[in-house]
Amino acid sequence: MSSLLECQTLTKKYGSLIALNNVSFTVERGRIAGLLGPNASGKTTLIKLINGLITPTSGTVLINGQKPGIESKLKISYLPDANFLPEWMIVKQLLNYYSDFYSNFNINKAYDMLARLGLNDKMRLKSMSKGTKEKVQLILTMSRAADLYCLDEPIGGVDPASRDYILDTIINNYNENGSILISTHLISDVEKVLDDVLIIQNGCLYMHKSVDEIRKEHNTSVDGFFREVFRC
Amino acid sequence: MSWELNNEKPIYVQLMDYIMLSIISGRYSAGDKLPPVRELAQMASVNPNTMQKALSELENTGLIFSNRTSGRFVTDDTDLINRCRKNLAAEYCNDFFEKLKSLGLTQDEINALIDDCRHTSS
Repeated sequence: MSSLLECQTLTKKYGSLIALNNVSFTVERGRIAGLLGPNASGKTTLIKLINGLITPTSGTVLINGQKPGIESKLKISYLPDANFLPEWMIVKQLLNYYSDFYSNFNINKAYDMLARLGLNDKMRLKSMSKGTKEKVQLILTMSRAADLYCLDEPIGGVDPASRDYILDTIINNYNENGSILISTHLISDVEKVLDDVLIIQNGCLYMHKSVDEIRKEHNTSVDGFFREVFRC
Repeated sequence: MSWELNNEKPIYVQLMDYIMLSIISGRYSAGDKLPPVRELAQMASVNPNTMQKALSELENTGLIFSNRTSGRFVTDDTDLINRCRKNLAAEYCNDFFEKLKSLGLTQDEINALIDDCRHTSS
């Protein structure tokens, strides 16, 4: 079976700015990978390329051996880093919206998670706090039975207790054939749920290792390692 | 309850220590069936792959074994468990003496201190 996600010599230029420079890596099935890097290192660009929202200047992205397209949009459940939902909708409308759009959306699962996080389906997106909005977006994303979950900074505004619940949800909900790619700055919160870590810096792949390899080789957590390497 | 994980050691090593401690302290007795990987991973809030790795490494020590169809079990070998307990206790003692020595205490002072503590606790 081919790798779930494969990036080959991926380069993306915005005019003269090189956002990603010759990045190659693979993510195997059943893995949870963290995408780490300082601000403006190319994390979101990489995720957008994987989702086919932008096209690479050179190189290829393969999901399940295929280039991004209509097929891959069913296989990938993507949580963008920006607000992307119609603000005037209430949660119930959003759930129906997702049910209409995605054949692999499990509405019961979504209602389950809403209840656990103390949200109800009458709440309107416009009047929600930042953290609550993030929770709703994450619930929508994680309620799809996808192969690859691409989460772009999913828990930034969420309180620590809900963060723990969300991370538990992430490790319990994904299936063994699926994978998760999480871009985040909250390294210490997520590192115990990660298998692998991808660190990018100035558009180049700086490191691709497992969490325990980093801990073993450097005698520090991934969080500590990151702070050491990118000390300002 | 979530397991306390520190920032220095690899996570799977800490999971191994934790499970070993649970066996030595009798939370899981000789011959007991262990919960499934996913459940253990959830209890520790860690990635199931990491828990899997910890369990297979523990299998290599003989402390647990897996039965293809019915799951993982604690060894029946109580001698092995006792040996592990002794080793760990010896490790604790070593750490203890190291710590006191690093404070600048001599062996005699340490012995006197231990006697003192024994009196007050009894």
